[in-house]
Amino acid sequence: MTEIPEHLRKRAEEARQKAAGAAGADKPAEAGSTEATAPGGESTEGRIPVHLLDRSKAAANQPAPGADPAPGGGGAPTPGSGPDGHNQRLLTVVKSGSIQDTKSVPQDKVHVWPHLLVAEFLAALAVTLFTLLFSIFVNAPLLDLANFNQTPNPSKAPWYFLGLQEMLTMFHPMVAGVTIPGIGLILLVMAPYIDKNPSKAPEDRKFAISLMTVHLMFWAVLVMIGSFFRGPGFNFIFPWNSGLFFEL
Amino acid sequence: MADSNGSKPTGQALAERVQGSQAWGSIFRPGSIFRKGYSDSPRNRSYVIMNSVLYHLHPVKVKRHAVKVSYTLCLGGLSFFLFILLTVTGIFLMFFYRPTAAQAWDDILTLHTAVGFGLLVRNMHRWAAHLMVLSVFLHMARVFYHGAYKPPREFNWVIGVMLLQLTLLLSFTGYLLPWDQLALWAVTVGTNMMGFTPVFGSQVRFVLLGGVEIGTDTLLRWYVLHVLMLPFVTVIFMAIHFWRVRKDGGISGPL
Repeated sequence: MTEIPEHLRKRAEEARQKAAGAAGADKPAEAGSTEATAPGGESTEGRIPVHLLDRSKAAANQPAPGADPAPGGGGAPTPGSGPDGHNQRLLTVVKSGSIQDTKSVPQDKVHVWPHLLVAEFLAALAVTLFTLLFSIFVNAPLLDLANFNQTPNPSKAPWYFLGLQEMLTMFHPMVAGVTIPGIGLILLVMAPYIDKNPSKAPEDRKFAISLMTVHLMFWAVLVMIGSFFRGPGFNFIFPWNSGLFFEL
Repeated sequence: MADSNGSKPTGQALAERVQGSQAWGSIFRPGSIFRKGYSDSPRNRSYVIMNSVLYHLHPVKVKRHAVKVSYTLCLGGLSFFLFILLTVTGIFLMFFYRPTAAQAWDDILTLHTAVGFGLLVRNMHRWAAHLMVLSVFLHMARVFYHGAYKPPREFNWVIGVMLLQLTLLLSFTGYLLPWDQLALWAVTVGTNMMGFTPVFGSQVRFVLLGGVEIGTDTLLRWYVLHVLMLPFVTVIFMAIHFWRVRKDGGISGPL
């Protein structure tokens, strides 16, 4: 259970002593001015303010307003009818979440089995089938035995590095092969720490999306050029004129 | 015994007896569809996930939005699946391959011509590898466009970029292994580029090649990297990656 705060416990202690003292001295009228919740009875009637007593009597005489009374029970007092416009004393404020943890928005959830697992299974099956069928009809390349004395023309890196090889034609190898990809990778890793924009909505992220798209396209175009538009001597060719110089 | 089963077909009686046995019950945990009296209930749906070593990578329930194929395009899951497919086909290939300059190419040729399904499995390994590079790359693009790298998922993005690099390295180390002209010269181009690393250029190249030139030492080195070290590191990073997906509150929400 929650611990009772020190000041509240003190206050309760004082009130209890006061009440005991008042009962001992048998002077209900003096002590009762602050005690509105004393048990009903002839002697306690003097403690309850007259206008409140009148109102409760009137409410008791009235028939119930409907078949289904309010869950709080009894008639709600008209607001601001008490002294200084108050009907209740504020005892303490218990913040929501301190006693019970309520979730503000309930999540719409589904069971992983079958909803997610079926989708995953079908996706895995589709990829397996695709790979299998593709492998039945297209063979992986196996060229002649490696020969250090015979450099093929052109010599190409694996396709995902062809963008780098393409940049080798434009820059010094250290710039093309190390500096640019290095900076690119560092920026990619740091992206979540550079992009401080908290929104995920595309309309709020025009700059980030444009920047990424430009870079992805730049990379894709370089890979395409390196793959299909470079022939002997890594010179620019058109594949429909000179044929393909590309192995996967 | 015979009396009580008298009215039932023998097959059904046998199935019931097997499913009711202690051995069967100890193998198939509650929630397994092979268990006696399995029914589709919310309780059993939860058990299916909780009581399976493979499925319990998943939570029992996910946001309804998370199962929309049009959001993830399954790219992350497919990358993982391709990794498994590559592991299985790769283990098969390892039985027939010796990583030395004198034997590697001949072993591949033998695999093509004399090993049952050898060519098919090698093809699958190769195409799945290219596919995995592509799917990991597309997965990264998907995550970026959804802004899914934003808090609290920043660190998982970092792990993801590491995984992308590991994927490229796995593919590149595998490229050399057939020891044909394509492998030799593609790797020559690639490692020459790495040789231009500032300050440590020649050292980096020496460590990568296991010598000053590509040779049988390079082949052994890249073979060990390809079949053991890089997959090992990749599995560790994948474990962190998947674990963080759940710790960061599942996949990112709708846009």
